Amino acid sequence: MYYRVPRIKYLKPRTLEEVIELLTKIRGSRVLAGGTDLLVDLKTGRVSAEALVDIGAIRELRGVEDLGDRIRIGAATRLQEIVESDVVARELPLLRNAVESVGSWQIRNLATVGGNLCNASPAADTAPPLLAYEAELVIVGPRGTRVVPITKFFTGYRRTALEEGEILKEIVIGKRAWSGWSYIKLGRRSSFTLSIVSVAVLTSTRGGVLEDVRIALGSVAPTPIRAYRAEGYLRGREVSLEVLERAAEIAREEVSPIDDVRASAWYRREMVYRLTLDALKTSLGWS
Amino acid sequence: MRVSFRLNGDWVSVDVEPGEVLLDTLRLRLGVRSVKRGCERGECGACTVLLNGEPVVSCLLLTAQVDGMEVTTVEGLRSDPLFRDLAEEFTRKFSIQCGYCTPAMLLTAYAYLRKVYEGRKGASAEDIAKAIEGNLCRCGTYPRVVRAVADVLSRLTRAT
Repeated sequence: MYYRVPRIKYLKPRTLEEVIELLTKIRGSRVLAGGTDLLVDLKTGRVSAEALVDIGAIRELRGVEDLGDRIRIGAATRLQEIVESDVVARELPLLRNAVESVGSWQIRNLATVGGNLCNASPAADTAPPLLAYEAELVIVGPRGTRVVPITKFFTGYRRTALEEGEILKEIVIGKRAWSGWSYIKLGRRSSFTLSIVSVAVLTSTRGGVLEDVRIALGSVAPTPIRAYRAEGYLRGREVSLEVLERAAEIAREEVSPIDDVRASAWYRREMVYRLTLDALKTSLGWS
Repeated sequence: MRVSFRLNGDWVSVDVEPGEVLLDTLRLRLGVRSVKRGCERGECGACTVLLNGEPVVSCLLLTAQVDGMEVTTVEGLRSDPLFRDLAEEFTRKFSIQCGYCTPAMLLTAYAYLRKVYEGRKGASAEDIAKAIEGNLCRCGTYPRVVRAVADVLSRLTRAT
């Protein structure tokens, strides 16, 4: 046995109210959702905690629901449930595509969408699509419920807008018809991999003009980000290869990648250009 | 702390540390040695077990979390006709070399076959490869594993 989770308390509350109470009362307590990140971090000592509050028994945190004008995804919904959801396949193809690329089947059967977001890795695979869809995050805590747009949720490297005692309850995505989408994840290999760069694109065109566009990028900044300047440049413009190339150049200027074990900052920048261009083309049906 | 779960059909009740992972409980307390220790961080899949029928890595799962649930390892599938057919196909096709990844590979493949069959869908070689992407095999038996699963699947669909 090489790794061991240090001595820790384990609690499994039955209601959301109890979860919040325990998180507020016990200093150094952490939410245990799927555990696929947290247990690795505890084993390696990257994270320490006094107690784990397992939210696996809270039913209201689970499931995907079509509410007519919006989709609701419980924070503790397993990633594999999202991959297999008919609602997600129909309404949120960009999210489905990204989630399918997370880990392996064995990991997706444990890992949750809320855990992926709250762990706030720059490489979180669910973040770019949800940033592109402009999902709203419903957060509950000792002072009640509040809604934070996902664009304001990531506040720094592995930091989120969650405050002491708060927990992500659900993700709400308003329905909207987009004419195209594309998700590209570049890793060191094609399967079961972490991203070097990931790009999520949604486009809406009318008569050759880009009416609206969203570009979200992963693994190229301290947090997952939107390429707002590139989007602003594209919005209202007639589509041409030149225009798309210019937008990809702007996106390349918006990122701040680092060198790490997976790739150099230089390579990541170049791939932001290349993959943003490819994703825009794909979303427009060019390839 | 006391945890009870169904292991291969029988209820077991064990005293475990709160931070203990299922891999350690199975190997060290319950003597289930088919569940292999590999990377211990969710990357190799050698410790795969079925949790309520779905494959999961037992190294990133606290035993406390599976209280009341159903855990299946290859020992529990010995008399399952589909599992036997699959295991025999693995030996016929030499889908095994050193064997370290094999119990986990069999469990994932078995769960996948059931899923495909129950969903009445087909599966291409690519789909099968995607399903087993979480089971690393350093001997490189992947093509033979995919062929074995594909053949069992075609027999299964032809038979019904």
